[in-house]
Amino acid sequence: MTALVSPMPGERVSPATDAPVVLEVDGLSLSFRNADGLLPIVTDVSFSIRTGEAVALVGESGCGKSITASAIMGIAPDNAEIGGTISLNGQVISGLSPRERRKLCGRHMGFIFQEPMTALHPTLSIGRQMTDTLRHNLGMGQQEATNRAAELLDRVGIPRARDILRGYVHELSGGMRQRVMIALAISCGPSLIIADEPTTALDVTIQAQVLDLLEDMRRELNLAMLFITHDLEVVGDFCDRAVVMYAGDVVERGASADVVQSPAHPYARGLIDAVPAHDDGRTRLTPILGTVPPVGQWPQGCRFAPRCPRADSKCQTRPPIDRVRNTDVRCWYPLEESA
Amino acid sequence: MLRYLGKRFLLILPTIFVPLILVFLLLRLSPGDPAGMMLGDQATPEQIAALRTQLGLDQPIWIQFFLWLKGIVTLDLGNSIFFREPVMQIIPRYAVVTILLTLVALTLAIIIGITLGLISAMNRNKPIDRGVVTTAVLGISLPEFWFALLLIFVFAVTLRWFPVAGYNPPDAGIIAFGATIFLPALALGVRQSALMTRMMRSSMLDVLNEPYITTARAQGLPERTVIGRYAMRTAAMPVVTVAGLAAGYMLGGAVAIEIIFALPGLGRMLVEAVARRDYPLVEGGVLTISLVLAVLNLLIDLIYALLDPRIRYQ
Repeated sequence: MTALVSPMPGERVSPATDAPVVLEVDGLSLSFRNADGLLPIVTDVSFSIRTGEAVALVGESGCGKSITASAIMGIAPDNAEIGGTISLNGQVISGLSPRERRKLCGRHMGFIFQEPMTALHPTLSIGRQMTDTLRHNLGMGQQEATNRAAELLDRVGIPRARDILRGYVHELSGGMRQRVMIALAISCGPSLIIADEPTTALDVTIQAQVLDLLEDMRRELNLAMLFITHDLEVVGDFCDRAVVMYAGDVVERGASADVVQSPAHPYARGLIDAVPAHDDGRTRLTPILGTVPPVGQWPQGCRFAPRCPRADSKCQTRPPIDRVRNTDVRCWYPLEESA
Repeated sequence: MLRYLGKRFLLILPTIFVPLILVFLLLRLSPGDPAGMMLGDQATPEQIAALRTQLGLDQPIWIQFFLWLKGIVTLDLGNSIFFREPVMQIIPRYAVVTILLTLVALTLAIIIGITLGLISAMNRNKPIDRGVVTTAVLGISLPEFWFALLLIFVFAVTLRWFPVAGYNPPDAGIIAFGATIFLPALALGVRQSALMTRMMRSSMLDVLNEPYITTARAQGLPERTVIGRYAMRTAAMPVVTVAGLAAGYMLGGAVAIEIIFALPGLGRMLVEAVARRDYPLVEGGVLTISLVLAVLNLLIDLIYALLDPRIRYQ
């Protein structure tokens, strides 16, 4: 479905490997406190993103992708118990108070949501939402903030920016809404953008435009981008590296080309086989049998074992994450190089 | 926006005329006759018939109705049978009291409702939240005449902070006026404020789960802006709707409160006018109440349209 995205071969320019690290997540875990104690949601997630780099966080619904993102932003629910360290531009931010974390939002990290219709305020004008952010984060006056907001809308390809500023979210089309959301996210010059399935709610033709816009912004502003998605084609076309999550665990991590073309984890393979290929359209799709186990009912050992064709008794113990060929994989029986 | 205004304005007409027709018919269908009431037990049938002719009560009911409608259009509601004075002169004296009482009660109810609802929502499931919710349930269940008597007993009789009853017009000074209007307004507003508290609490809790609140936080806006502007803006809308309903309820409920606190308002005037079968005065009173209610509801709809741009385009 993202055939329209297809950038020209060689167009995608990956950042140099010595670019500074913007986001470093190390051993992140998150549990919800409830009446019965702690309910683990995410365990041991580690990855990093460099300046100008796009990293995909991939997995089915309920794998813990979005909650990982909210933990990074510091907007996880109050009853969340968060472990591990998160560093932003070399500074450890996981130990900061909620108030200090909030100050990083907008200024250093921008967030793009899945559904712009509900992610923008229904009864405040677009301009008001943008200038509130600019005035608070950058200390601008109303006039300066309005001018800056118009420039931003212009930059994300919205015509008649001044009129749109006076308008409301319900007056815009889906693609325009997501452009406004992107303008809002980049408005205060963040070094990191977290995009939570930014194209899932959009029409297919619009998806390509929004992805192109994000790609432009990443390159122009040299942004580090965390891209949450379940769309593996987006991962291949758009991201430098991929982190595949399953049931709150990182199961495979590496360059997105390696993960998409020759995954070593059976779950990553399953995700790829479940995507329709656009060459002949006659090949039968291979679904992954079963569903992600609900939180709190994860198996003891490898969490994917009950759905895995390769699992045996060894998979009753939890596998470590290890380098296999070019990627880091959490599996006792990683796949061989695929043909 | 203008179209919306025009449409809302047209909707006022049925709001006013349906109750009027009902009251007009009910008055004439109910037993008792103003002429008989005025002349007393000793009157002869001839005297009564003569007075009925003089008052126009011997004419067919539909002629009476059209004469009365004509009166409304020409701003002449006739003379009160009891006071022998034009209804148009009597009503404003009483209406001012009731309108002021309703407005003060509505304001109190909105302030109390929004504040408590907000406190409750921000402290969800903590003792303070449970306390507010319990109080609100109690507030909704209490009849207001009982609450009025309780207020009089505590604040007027025991603590002597307020007079027991009576009324000072605003001309007498804001403090003198406030002293006589506060307890009645509180008694009249307590149920509505309890309803608004619960409405505000649940609406706030809903709104706090909306993605646009997460966006506001993710943009780095401080919590007081997120709650005070982004969440309040949408969370207060159901409360505004309830305020419209509450205004109608209060105008009706004012009858009991005015009698308990001896306020010279429309409610009390109506009860007395009905007892005297003073047709023109009752009809004038009902017309006034319908009119006030219609105007209040129009105001609330306007506030609603100002708060929510989506309404203006429907």
